[in-house]
Amino acid sequence: MIVLGIESSCDETGIALYDSEKGLLSHVLHSQIELHAEYGGVVPELASRDHIRHLVPLMEQTLQQAGLTQKDIQGVAYTAGPGLIGALMSGACVGRSLAWALGVPAQEVHHMEGHLLAPMLEENPPEFPFVALLVSGGHTLLAHVTGVGQYEILGQSLDDAAGEAFDKTAKMLGLGYPGGPILAKLAVKGVAGVYRFPRPMTDRPGLDFSFSGLKTFALNTWQKLQVECEGQTEKLEQGQADVARAFEEAVVDTLSLKCRRALKQVHCKRLVIAGGVGANQHLRQQLKAMVKKEGGELYYPRIEFCTDNGAMIAYVGCLRLMAGESKALSIDARARWPIDELPSIRD
Amino acid sequence: MKLLALDTSTEACSAALSIDGEIKQHYQVAPREHTHLILGMIESLLQDAGLKSSDIDVMAFGRGPGSFMGVRVAAGVVQGIAFAHSIPVVPVSTLAAMASVAMQETGQTQVLAAIDARMKEVYWGAYCQDEAGQIVLQGEECVVAPEQAPVPAQGEWLTAGTGWASYGAIMRSALGERCVGSLPDCFPSAEAIARLAISAYQNGGAVTAAEAVPVYLRDNVASKPKSAL
Repeated sequence: MIVLGIESSCDETGIALYDSEKGLLSHVLHSQIELHAEYGGVVPELASRDHIRHLVPLMEQTLQQAGLTQKDIQGVAYTAGPGLIGALMSGACVGRSLAWALGVPAQEVHHMEGHLLAPMLEENPPEFPFVALLVSGGHTLLAHVTGVGQYEILGQSLDDAAGEAFDKTAKMLGLGYPGGPILAKLAVKGVAGVYRFPRPMTDRPGLDFSFSGLKTFALNTWQKLQVECEGQTEKLEQGQADVARAFEEAVVDTLSLKCRRALKQVHCKRLVIAGGVGANQHLRQQLKAMVKKEGGELYYPRIEFCTDNGAMIAYVGCLRLMAGESKALSIDARARWPIDELPSIRD
Repeated sequence: MKLLALDTSTEACSAALSIDGEIKQHYQVAPREHTHLILGMIESLLQDAGLKSSDIDVMAFGRGPGSFMGVRVAAGVVQGIAFAHSIPVVPVSTLAAMASVAMQETGQTQVLAAIDARMKEVYWGAYCQDEAGQIVLQGEECVVAPEQAPVPAQGEWLTAGTGWASYGAIMRSALGERCVGSLPDCFPSAEAIARLAISAYQNGGAVTAAEAVPVYLRDNVASKPKSAL
């Protein structure tokens, strides 16, 4: 079965074609980062407008790359939530209507299920069960994954998502947009141990996260440093890198500690990291070392499938369509959609 | 020619099928239900005519102005269908469609169409029917404060649309006795869009599925931060 996947939940338009027999056939992505940069964050209305301009050209490109035409599409999957409602609706309208016109089934896909199963697109996919850490600008979630649609949430962020804390801290440090990756790059130049930030919620049992206090701690440290280094540009620049380093270490340590706890709690050896922050090299290295020490294995998607993409949506859509699911002749999108409400499917 | 038109730009949701100029329509005033209704309306029109989606020659849609989400729903649905079959699309002004509905209903030939654009503004367009029966825009469409609406200095006009329901008192003062009637609950309809699209198509007004995008008129939708933080 050849499924066209559409992702438009936030600020990336992603389209892909997945074949149940041959795997991923093609995928393209249009990022809106430049569009939102001058506003310092994603403007939902501008995001929606951009999606509706790019969906058809990207679908044309994706088919062309795979050497296929519209008539080869046997199912259409699109992200129906969670995310920005207007952005989701753009993709849902195009996707649902395309499926109807082609006379093929349509499938709504949960954005976070797409991320959780993205490592399945790689050559050495993890077997069920596994623990998944989903870390992005919108989510920080630990789940015990025992099958497709079988997600037990073990812990999640009580306030900011990890990626959000990265972006906000970067903004406070004056690092531009989107700040997370810029902060991570700067952290490489920072000296470890100059500052010691707290590891939030690690001194008590449980698998929930809280990152907003860490952001405030970074702000206070940075403001104090600015006063101390007045007129000393070089010292301030190094200090900025040191703060970035300390912040990143605190986040990575916290995530790593909770992952180890989660693996122990559910007696599992396999850990999957997904989501945009999963592209962070420091996080990958530390989790790899931790999992190795525990005698387990770490899995993650290629960098381009850590962030939002159409491939993961086409893949999940294909799994669910093959299991007999489909969407009625109506167009829906949900800003909120708890992942543990998803139906499970049997192999 | 088989032309399928749809509109979801305002509180009304409609789809119309024109077969060689004979138009059948499904129309429902149903705020916030458009995405649940539109594909069903289209399917039932085609079924009644014994047609499949691949039999459609041309698509048309209310390209705005109107609710941002509403005009995107129509654009998205049209894009999906037109892309599936590689057929052309005619984008039609929702203000022109309203003017056409109002003319059809009253027999008047000059209409000031205004949609309540929220934020104390209206989407505005003045339309006249020429001798050939074509509906012609006078000046430009715009989004404007009711006080600044470019009410023509001459001629008798019918007023139509929710803009007049919300700001009629302000906008009608410049019109005075030259107002020959009012249809404040007039909405665009897919039937009117189909009529307008047939002549626009014959005059080369069609675009590809990729080019079938909304016209919002209001483009200043976000303010840029004055400084970082």
